[in-house]
Amino acid sequence: MPSLPSQFAELEPFADWCLPSEFDRYAKRLDSTMDELQAFYDAAFPVLEASTDYLKGVPLDGISTEDQNLLWLFSSLITVSFPVEVWRQPRVPESGPAALDVVVEPAV
Amino acid sequence: MAFFPKPAEGSWTEHFGLDTAPVSYDDSISPEHYGLEREAIFEKTWLNVGRMEQLPRTGSYFTRELDAAGTSVVIVRDKSGTAHAFHNICRHRGNKLVWQDFPQEETSGTCRQFTCKYHGWRYDLEGALTFVQQQSEFFDLDLSEFGLVPVRCETWQGFIFVNLDADAVPLDQYMGRLGAGIEGYPFEKLTQVHKYRAEVGSNWKLFIDAFMEFYHAPVLHAKQAVESESTKLQGFGYEALAYDIDGPHAVVSSWGGMSPPKDETMVKPIERVLRSGLFGVWDAPDLGIDELPPGLNPSGHHAWGEDSFLFFPNFMLLIWKPNWYLTYHYWPTSHNTHIFEGTLYFVPPENAYERLQQELAVVTFKEYGLQDANTLEATQTMIETRVVDQFPLCDQEVMLRHLHTTARRYVADHEAGCRSDTPVRISAVS
Repeated sequence: MPSLPSQFAELEPFADWCLPSEFDRYAKRLDSTMDELQAFYDAAFPVLEASTDYLKGVPLDGISTEDQNLLWLFSSLITVSFPVEVWRQPRVPESGPAALDVVVEPAV
Repeated sequence: MAFFPKPAEGSWTEHFGLDTAPVSYDDSISPEHYGLEREAIFEKTWLNVGRMEQLPRTGSYFTRELDAAGTSVVIVRDKSGTAHAFHNICRHRGNKLVWQDFPQEETSGTCRQFTCKYHGWRYDLEGALTFVQQQSEFFDLDLSEFGLVPVRCETWQGFIFVNLDADAVPLDQYMGRLGAGIEGYPFEKLTQVHKYRAEVGSNWKLFIDAFMEFYHAPVLHAKQAVESESTKLQGFGYEALAYDIDGPHAVVSSWGGMSPPKDETMVKPIERVLRSGLFGVWDAPDLGIDELPPGLNPSGHHAWGEDSFLFFPNFMLLIWKPNWYLTYHYWPTSHNTHIFEGTLYFVPPENAYERLQQELAVVTFKEYGLQDANTLEATQTMIETRVVDQFPLCDQEVMLRHLHTTARRYVADHEAGCRSDTPVRISAVS
C-alpha cells in the first residue's frame, strides 16, 4: 500500500485511493458503493479542512513520495465529493453511456 | 425582465441582422449535407491543431487525424523553431509515415528525421526526402521532387493552425477583429494542461450550440449548486453581458459571481475548503500583465466572469476572469458523431494546495461536461426523426443561429463556387 506522511496515518485505511491518474480515480468512484464513498469522504474531508496550511507548505518541485500519495488521495476526495455532496449516486445522473476521459494530465 | 442592457434594436438577434424565425436542423441530420460541410468548411478553413508548447524543441512533433478534412497531418518544429505541417504520407508507396501501434491513433514525440516504417525512406524536419533505401534500384529518381506534401501551417498567439486550402486568407486576417482583440493575452504562461476527450453521438454543431448559450445552465446543471442558490439561479434565468460577431466568428461575454462567491454558504463544502470551482481558482495567479487585452470583457462590466469565443468552425476559447483558459474542439467523424476535446490551461501550481485547487476546477468541468454531452445524443436521435423540423430559438441563443447560418452560408457559397472566409460584418451596424 502507498504510504502517507506520518501525521496522516489515520488515512492509511484509504491508501487505495492514492491513484496518480484522474482516469483511475473516476473509475474507482464508479466501482464503489455510496457507503464506501461516504466513509472515505467522512474520514478525509475533515483532514483536508485541517491541512490546508500544511499543503501550502509542500512545494511540488521535489515533492516526496509520501506527500505525492497524500496529494493523490485528496485528489480522489475531490472526485468523490460530487457523489457525496451533490449526486447521491456514484455516476453523474443521466450521464448514461457518456464518457469524458482524460488524455493529458500533469505528472504531479 | 432584462438585467443587462440590450442593443437599440431591442434584441441581440435583430442587432446582428439575423432572422428571428424558428430554425431547421436539417443541416445536422443529413450525411449528404455533412459531405458538403467537409468540402466547404473543413477543407477550406483554418483548423487549430494544437499549441507551440506541444513542440518544445527541434524535432518535436505530433500527428492529428483530421477525419472531416479527409487527412492525417504531422506537425513538426524545425531547427529555426518554426512549425511545419505535412500530410502524413510517405511519397514512396503511400504508407502512413508517423504512427505507433495503431495507425488511426494520434501520436507525438521527438525525432531527428522521419523514417517510414515500410522501406526506410527518410525525410528531414522541413519535409525534404533525404534517403532512399537502395536508391540505385530506382529509375531516374530525383529526391527533390519527392518531399513530404506540405499543408499550410501558421500560428496565432502560440496556437498552431493548418489549412488544406492553398488559397485561404492568412491566419491573422482570418482571426479578424475578435482575434485581434485578445492578442497579447499571456497564453504562453498557462502551461499546466489537463486535456479530456469524448466520442459524442451528435452532429458537431450541436455541441457548439450547447456551449454558445448558457440559457440551459440554471436548469440542466441545477443540482451542481447548493439548493438555495440553484433556486435563485433558476429564478433569474440567464442573460449574457454582451454578444459580438465578426464574420464567421462569435463571442459570448458572461458574468461570473462565483469566483469568489459573496457568501461561502452558497457553495459546496469542497469548494469552500479549496477556494475553487467551475469558474476556476478563486485566488487568481499573477499573469504579469497590467491590464487584459481590450477584447476581453467587451461591455466593461464589473461582474464579468468569462468570455467564450468561437473561431469558426470548431475552435472555442474560453478566457476566465481568475486567469486561466479553456479550449474546446469539435472534430466531426460523421453527420451524427464527433470527437470533443476539452483542454484546461493553468499557471503551473507551486504547492500541493494550489494543485488541488486546480484539480477541483478540472473535475468540475468534467462533471458539467458529462451532463452536457449526454443531452446531445438524446437531441440528435430525436431531430433525426424529423417529427419536428422548426425550432424556436430565443435571444440568448443568438450565437446558435449565427453558427448554423454561417455554416449553411459556407456550404451555399461552395456550391455556388465562391469563397466566404473573409471576415465581413454581417451586422448592419459597423
